[in-house]
Amino acid sequence: MNEVHEAGEGYWAAVLKLLFTVLAIWFLVSYGAGIIFADALNGIHLGGYPLGFWFAQQGSLYTFVFLIFWYAKKMAALDIKYDVHED
Amino acid sequence: MDLQTITYVVVGATFALYIGIAFWARAGSTSDFYVAGGSVHPVLNGMATGADWMSAASFISMAGLIANMGYGGGLFLMGWTGGYVLLAMLLAPYLRKFGKFTVPQFVGDRFYSKTASMVAVLCLLAASITYIIGQMTGVGVAFSRFLGVTNEAGVFIGMGVVFVYAVFGGMKGITYTQVAQYCVLIVAYTVPAVFISLNLTGMPIPQLGLGSEWADSGVSLLAKLDHVITDLGFGKYTTQLPGSKLNMFVYTVSLMIGTAGLPHVIVRFFTVPKVKDARASAGWALVFIAILYTTAPAVAAMARLNLHATVNTAVKTMDGDLYATESSIVYDERPDWMKRWEVTGLLKFTDKNGDGRIQYYNDKTKNADVIAKVEAAGWKGNELSVNRDIMVLANPEIAMLPNWVIALVAAGGLAAALSTAAGLLLAISSAISHDLFKNIFMPDMSEKQELMTGKIAMACSIVVAGWLGLNPPGFAAGTVAIAFGLAASSIFPALMLGIFSKTMNKEGAIAGMLAGLGITMFYVFAHKGIFFIKGTSFVDLLGGPSPFFGISPNAFGAIGAVVNFAVAFAVKNMFAPPPQHIQDLVEQVRIPRGSKAVDGSH
Repeated sequence: MNEVHEAGEGYWAAVLKLLFTVLAIWFLVSYGAGIIFADALNGIHLGGYPLGFWFAQQGSLYTFVFLIFWYAKKMAALDIKYDVHED
Repeated sequence: MDLQTITYVVVGATFALYIGIAFWARAGSTSDFYVAGGSVHPVLNGMATGADWMSAASFISMAGLIANMGYGGGLFLMGWTGGYVLLAMLLAPYLRKFGKFTVPQFVGDRFYSKTASMVAVLCLLAASITYIIGQMTGVGVAFSRFLGVTNEAGVFIGMGVVFVYAVFGGMKGITYTQVAQYCVLIVAYTVPAVFISLNLTGMPIPQLGLGSEWADSGVSLLAKLDHVITDLGFGKYTTQLPGSKLNMFVYTVSLMIGTAGLPHVIVRFFTVPKVKDARASAGWALVFIAILYTTAPAVAAMARLNLHATVNTAVKTMDGDLYATESSIVYDERPDWMKRWEVTGLLKFTDKNGDGRIQYYNDKTKNADVIAKVEAAGWKGNELSVNRDIMVLANPEIAMLPNWVIALVAAGGLAAALSTAAGLLLAISSAISHDLFKNIFMPDMSEKQELMTGKIAMACSIVVAGWLGLNPPGFAAGTVAIAFGLAASSIFPALMLGIFSKTMNKEGAIAGMLAGLGITMFYVFAHKGIFFIKGTSFVDLLGGPSPFFGISPNAFGAIGAVVNFAVAFAVKNMFAPPPQHIQDLVEQVRIPRGSKAVDGSH
């Protein structure tokens, strides 16, 4: 039981670290680029899109999709590294 | 074949498909009924989640909403998708590992308290029932608009179809019909969008078309739209804000955590075989949702430009004068699709200056240039009122697409409404049969009896939902937003604390849920009346609408969530920490090892 407990703690610390990384990117693209800095970014254009507008209506969504799959992949690796994966 | 016949054939064929699937996917056990046997492939579950999630409002109203709001409409796009990142990382895999049938069951077990479970049931029912009222009215509207039947008949047909697959199939029937419904609705949404994008920009992919040049003019579509609508006195499309930046920020937070906290979405992740699948499935769900949600802003901007181009011929030229007399089209020469939608009341023309032409502009503008031009042109007020739903509903006709596309849009709208209604009904009926009957009133029920109870609860829920759909309370329009506020302020924080705070005790969690729910309801009631009773709003006592830093009541769930967390931690310190076996349980929930098929045992 104690072994499981210790493996669990290292695992959990690694999970939280990954979590904060993902949340930081999640926040930066949507609330950062899409809202707070949208006006400044609108000076830059991506094709016909002002960049701030693009982040609010397109870019954030693509990033979200990428983030979940990236997170799932990283988590699968952590599960194996700390030997807590499902059979 | 005429349009009406084709519509009946297409819609009839999709209904036959749903019922056929229901016959194949009957529920034989409580596990089938609550979690589709726990054996749904993660990609299929992603599709089902997409259909579960995207309601009649997403399908019919969202593009119109964005068309009106411009840039600010991004709050719906980000809010209703960003929540899946939270769901995938903070809740879904852990609740899947916990391995029980319902959300209140997790709350009850984790906080070792029947009271906590009851509070969670209360929050779940409040959120799901307010949500389903909007869906049932949506079902009625969709049927009456597409099939030419009355609103009441529409609700009855909808109830009948859902009854067949939800009562006999439970989660299993609902899951596989939702997969089919997703396919129908996504085709129905994207086909007209591709054509409208091709028409306006020559680019078949709407997501790229929105960033393309408008009709080989050298000007981008968005710049053209900005130019036309600001010239007519509307706000600038690419920068227009909903109130303030702060309101947009807080509103987006509310929608995101509300999304992550909606029980009917969370339970979808109990149907996959493994913890790993729950993570991947959230990604797939977002892929399927993002296909529609990235298309919607393109439909919004293009339909808006199209509408202006239809009634003002100068829009189609490079530097034409929008205020020239001959630019506004003559009412008697308007296109057929306008005539058709005038009958429904979604479009309305009143000739205020008596010139027989349609002038469509923002007559409430404060822009002095625009006011001067309006006066010089002899315009006496906006003459066209446009319901926002028209942006999606009339799209195929505006783009002059064949009748089968129009019929497909009808089937898509109905699929969106039915799939969301069914998902909500399942969340409601399992809370009743599992969390109330099995866990509290009749713990000695056999599995067979519980399955029967579930089916009866489902049948009753359908009847109640149908009744509410036919007699919507006065506040029906705002109900979906309120459901998000409730989920954001009560359910999401409780679940997160249960997983991420090992020492959170029952007193803290219960106090937090009640405080979050209470303050959110207080703010909503202040604006919309106590229990939505007209004339009892007391917002003036607080200093006028949106008194809290200009945050609108629909955006308040995020503030409720902050209050929930704060109260939970404050109260926690006054009471004993949770017993050791609960702390061990939290440790077990955090690791994937040892996960088993979801069941309801205790």
